Amino acid sequence: MSSSINTACRSLSGSLYWTGLLAILFCLAPASSGQDGNLRVPSGAVAGQPFSISTSGSGSATFYLLGPSLALKRDVQLGQEISLTAKQIQSAGRYVATLCTDTCSSAAFFVQAGKPSNLTFLVHPSRAPVGQPDTISGVAFPFDEFGNLIFSPATVQFQLASKESNLGSHSVQTHNGVAWFRTSSGKSAGAVQVSASLNDVIARRVVQQVASDPCRLHIKAQRTAKGIEVETEPVRDCAGNPVPDGTVVTFTAKNGDQISTVDAPVKQDIARARISAKGPMVISAASGVVMGNELRVGAQ
Amino acid sequence: MKRALPIVIVLIAVTVVLIFLGITFGRSSGTVGIASGSALPGFSEHASTPEQALSNFLQDVQRRNWDRAFASVERTSDTLTQQAFIQEWIGTNGGLRSFSNLEKYEARPLHATDSEAQMRVRMQWTTPVGPVDDVRDFKLAHRGDQWKVVWDHTPPPDVPAQVVPVNYLRWDLVSGTASDEWGSHNVDSPHVRIVSMNAVDSAEGAVVMGEVVNEDTIPAFVNVNATLVDGSGNAIDDESSFDKILHVLLPKQVSPYRIDFPKVSLGKVKNVRMDVKATLVPASSDPVIGVMNQKLEQDAQGRSVLRGDLLNQSGQTVNIPHVIASFYDNNGKVVWVSDGYVQQALLPQATQPFAVEVPKSVAGKVQNFHVVVNQYSLQKS
Repeated sequence: MSSSINTACRSLSGSLYWTGLLAILFCLAPASSGQDGNLRVPSGAVAGQPFSISTSGSGSATFYLLGPSLALKRDVQLGQEISLTAKQIQSAGRYVATLCTDTCSSAAFFVQAGKPSNLTFLVHPSRAPVGQPDTISGVAFPFDEFGNLIFSPATVQFQLASKESNLGSHSVQTHNGVAWFRTSSGKSAGAVQVSASLNDVIARRVVQQVASDPCRLHIKAQRTAKGIEVETEPVRDCAGNPVPDGTVVTFTAKNGDQISTVDAPVKQDIARARISAKGPMVISAASGVVMGNELRVGAQ
Repeated sequence: MKRALPIVIVLIAVTVVLIFLGITFGRSSGTVGIASGSALPGFSEHASTPEQALSNFLQDVQRRNWDRAFASVERTSDTLTQQAFIQEWIGTNGGLRSFSNLEKYEARPLHATDSEAQMRVRMQWTTPVGPVDDVRDFKLAHRGDQWKVVWDHTPPPDVPAQVVPVNYLRWDLVSGTASDEWGSHNVDSPHVRIVSMNAVDSAEGAVVMGEVVNEDTIPAFVNVNATLVDGSGNAIDDESSFDKILHVLLPKQVSPYRIDFPKVSLGKVKNVRMDVKATLVPASSDPVIGVMNQKLEQDAQGRSVLRGDLLNQSGQTVNIPHVIASFYDNNGKVVWVSDGYVQQALLPQATQPFAVEVPKSVAGKVQNFHVVVNQYSLQKS
């Protein structure tokens, strides 16, 4: 008992001013010996559910209750039950109930989180290149309706689905209120819906699967009156996904010791550029760190 | 009033004497054959020598005394108007020259006869991006009893009226609202990677340079920072790439970067910590600027320079083009990164020459190069 009071004293150190005064009162009160039977606290209290604390004896007393977000004082009659409303017990955690007559007696009890009502679900990354191992990860935290993290083990179902098909699912039990998964990205670019569900609670996130680095960058060129018009064949990654519009392809034209370059963005799968240099050319293309083929274009 | 009059007369007399002394002896301490700019305001000497004629002309330009500067040149083309002459000096279309001032100049004779002369002038301009050197050769001709600057008119690019469709991509950003659930609408920062890094000692200090690539599918605003660490693990200095990088990188675009550590020797450096920061920004893939006819050669002063022409393939004026070039050795390692601002605006469908310097110490190693163009457009800022 004395240790529970001391713990209460420690837990009160950061509370409000008047709560602090109550704490001082508890700390100064002698650890009770013959008053323990005065107070019977519940063993399986749940946040948001009303319950009662029974008292024994007769006469009036002062009741104090300290919890994670609660500090209350009430005059009570011994021998009657002390009712606590659902609103008063919304926070899960450790509570200390104290009953004072001439002396004070205390008892601590725990309030558990309620049923899952909300899943906080974080998914990373928001964009994932296709065909990358262990690139998508998600973590879920179940909370009850009052925002209490649910520590009791529960099974969270993670599911990945694209527009066309179900890409897989993972059942993971929460540990200390957390469940997580990691998986590889698929082969097709597009939006992937990632969902986490616990009982009837579900949270959904979207990961955009994007094309990976270009593969087999191939160019063709043609001389025109204004120079050389050079363009790529449709630029795709190795899984056949077209690279996003705006991806830069660098065209390089070499003529002896002279070089001309154009950074051209892909538009509708194709990047185009005009190179105004004259004479025979060797033209190549690159996108990021990927090189394409080389073309030889004769003089005009 | 009676007391003040003698004082005024004395002041005027002293001023006149000082002006006379200035005109007579003011140039006596200069190097023979080198004209450099300074004379008493409002006064120009008689142009009896090519040096004097050029000096008078450049002083008029420096003071923006356009009537006299224009009157003192010999025009080779009747199409040259005073307005065109002025615009050639002060720039147009919001180019860097529009924000510049001729700070000083230094002229050296290249050759001279009784009737004509050629002078090479190194002009230093003050600009918002720092001092910019410009070397220009002037031709002078002896006409009557004085020398005159012969002005070859460079007509502005003649671009026919046309409609240029702009249909390139643009990326916009939509920020989530504060009421969004935590973690429900995250957009990750772009994925950017340093693909090469090289640290060298230069005359000014240590230099860290290399290349960075945007591996993502969205544009990124990129900055590269480096920290030099000594043998005991203490940071010696940390700097950023500042303007020596293409800050807005489109998907898969590669940019050189250079980080200067003035007055730091690499001998003291045990380790270099690199840090690349990328943030999501709205961007446009327009305008596309081609870099044509790039060639390494020697300039008039014997320095190695990379020259080329920028070709604006879009319909938008690029007010201040900024060229950044990376130079590679035969192993493909970046051995130097140079940059330079082009002083004239780059008009739609027009070309503009550029040149960036390669230090002598690395010029011999250079086997290849890659040029990117940063563009500042007034309508975008």
